[in-house]
Amino acid sequence: MAEKEKNPNGAKGMTVIVKTISSWVKVLIFLFGIYIIITGHLTPGGGFAGGVILASSYVLLMLAFGREFVEENLSLPVASRLDCVGALLFAAVALFGLFFGAASFFYNYLHQDYLAEKETALRLISAGTIPLSNIAIGLKVGASLFLVVLVLSIFRPEPSGSKEERD
Amino acid sequence: MLYALCFLLFMIGLYCAVVKKNMVKIVIGIMVMEYAVNLFLIMLGYRFGGRAPIVGKEDVAGVGGQVSDLFVSSSVDPLPQALVLTAIVISLGSLALMISICIRTYEKYGTFDITKIRRLRG
Amino acid sequence: MMRIPLPLFIAIPLVMAFLLPVFSGLGRKGKAVATVLANMTTISLLVLAVACIGQSGIYKIGKWPIPLGINLVLDGLSSLMLLAIGVVSSAAMLFSARYMEQYTAKAKYFCLFLLMVAGMNGVVLSGDIFNLFVFLEIASLASYALVGFGCEHEELEASFKYMVLGSIGSLFVLFAVALVYGNTGSLNMAAISDTIKNSGVNAGLAFALCLFIAGFGLKAALVPFDAWLPDAHPSAPAPISAMLSGILIKALGIYALTRMVFNVFGVSIQIGWVLVVLGMLSMIAGAFLAIGQWDFKRLLAYSSISQIGYVVLGIGLGCTLLARGEIAYASLAILGAVFHLVNHAVYKSLLFLTSGSVQMSTGTRQMREMGGLAEKMPVTRATCTVASASIAGVPPFSGFWSKLILVIAAVQAEFYWVAAIIVFVSLCTLIMYLKVQRYVFLGELPENLQQVEENKGSMLVAMVFLACLCVLMGLLVIVPSLKASILEPAVNALTDGLGYSAKILSM
Repeated sequence: MAEKEKNPNGAKGMTVIVKTISSWVKVLIFLFGIYIIITGHLTPGGGFAGGVILASSYVLLMLAFGREFVEENLSLPVASRLDCVGALLFAAVALFGLFFGAASFFYNYLHQDYLAEKETALRLISAGTIPLSNIAIGLKVGASLFLVVLVLSIFRPEPSGSKEERD
Repeated sequence: MLYALCFLLFMIGLYCAVVKKNMVKIVIGIMVMEYAVNLFLIMLGYRFGGRAPIVGKEDVAGVGGQVSDLFVSSSVDPLPQALVLTAIVISLGSLALMISICIRTYEKYGTFDITKIRRLRG
Repeated sequence: MMRIPLPLFIAIPLVMAFLLPVFSGLGRKGKAVATVLANMTTISLLVLAVACIGQSGIYKIGKWPIPLGINLVLDGLSSLMLLAIGVVSSAAMLFSARYMEQYTAKAKYFCLFLLMVAGMNGVVLSGDIFNLFVFLEIASLASYALVGFGCEHEELEASFKYMVLGSIGSLFVLFAVALVYGNTGSLNMAAISDTIKNSGVNAGLAFALCLFIAGFGLKAALVPFDAWLPDAHPSAPAPISAMLSGILIKALGIYALTRMVFNVFGVSIQIGWVLVVLGMLSMIAGAFLAIGQWDFKRLLAYSSISQIGYVVLGIGLGCTLLARGEIAYASLAILGAVFHLVNHAVYKSLLFLTSGSVQMSTGTRQMREMGGLAEKMPVTRATCTVASASIAGVPPFSGFWSKLILVIAAVQAEFYWVAAIIVFVSLCTLIMYLKVQRYVFLGELPENLQQVEENKGSMLVAMVFLACLCVLMGLLVIVPSLKASILEPAVNALTDGLGYSAKILSM
């Protein structure tokens, strides 16, 4: 078919059906990843699992549309900076533990009496600083895995013979 | 008994990592070893007939917050699960690095065969 | 409680590791700022380590009590290792400010370097075996990436070999950690030590100890497990070789092994003999293989294997003697081993830095192609001579004292043949370093090297700093107050053995 010959896999992306569906599904997967990160202190999952799901939503886009399209959306320097920001956010969450009360690193300074019977307004955030750490880890892991897949896909032996410097 | 099977899987991975000549097969061997160790860690925490270690309202005795003994004695140990999560993350990072080194080596040498990648000797 | 919060040793390099790539994206000025910040990080770690001399304490992370939470432990051995890590990493970072101009992606280099330093600090401070494993992996992964940093043919091959063997070693360690958890029910070193003191070592724990020796032996490059070191150390950029040979194999391999054998599992005669045999094999094999080398850095790498053999021999001697109950002799052997560890960190990193300086000027590592560099590169030559004299055991320098202590300890314990082998391997070391001096610095200057000149700037500062330390460290054993404050707490921490748990649980 003429359509398939114009879009061979890997050079310019896949067929129209695959592109449309994956662009819709990518949003849902991204949202699911955010859900897993945020409720990580209550349900199985947490920062790392959610971050992997976030990264794999971008990998889906990369498979369907080709690497250049995704690189325009979330380019390598931006992802690299997001990665560093995630790690620094985690360190900041840990460091603020030093300044509160009987201080120490990673001290759970937002922890309320979660087993108490009273209903508080912020009942979802029952585990103190753990959701904040989860969000930082999710950001970092998502950005890192996305970078890994992006950089690995740059190494395709292309006919033009261009070789980019790794990192 | 099951632990011995985990160790057998570990030995299979070690054999693969030591004997095979293709770089990617060596990486796969190391990954099999990682899975064996993670499996071993998870199995350590298991208790027959146990339940998931998530505290619900009915497991808490009293207002102050001590969990009931029944919960502690019937739930699966959650610590190895946290250890395995960390170990999986580490093995992911290690795998990413190994694969990128394999790709770069293929670019330079043109082969995955480690008997041909032997410029350093002596 | 501690005056200085212990997690700072881990937090400062981690935060800076992730802050620096942001700076270097801002152009040339950003790169200069990044370099300055990186150097300030390592120097501040050195200052903190000096401030921690003679103190001891634990730090409970998150204020969770001991069997539940992770704690960081600072005792004599840890503070000595922190000091060594601080010295070597500051010197290597100073050196790499100029040296890494040859490579692109300097920001990633700083990030990986600081991650490696954070990992090593974490291994040395950790009071919990799984925490030790996690930091071991952080440091190892950073070092695998740094060995292959230049992405040339040889570096990638060396990095792959190092990575495969290193991963297998880490997996042995993880398997052993799992076995220990299964048999004792706790991950905290003090709690495990308590359990073993009360109920002894059963078959599962003995197997775990064997796996620990195999895993940490792979990291420390003891002889059956040293296939990666002669390839990885020469191919890495010079400051990374200095870090790897100078401190990584010691912090990850030897420190962790001694901590497990002495403080967690308790000494026994069989383990002591295993370590003595491994140490002697390493010494002899390393020395013989090094003499025949013509590649400067490969010779230094084999010499590292040999010198690590000294340290493991001393540790093994101490273990055997402690198990027999002769504490005074064991203290002497362990003092020799620990002092030799610190000495070797200083002079081997200095040797690798000088070889990097030579390589940067002449462009080659083969000693047959060099010669007569003494007039052209005076500072490099002087520091290399100081380091070679030190490692060969020439009297006023530091290496002589540590080898003397080891020989005396062996003779006192009536292991006469061990003492004879130590002296013989010292002679071999002298031969190999005379070869280095003769072929690299003396002799005729070949025509293609007429234009070489001395390297300037930060590289010289780093080399001179380490050379001064080589000379001054002999004072560490001679001056009693220095010895009592720096070396003796390390020795006491190890000879206390299983008393470690009582000390920790009472704090």
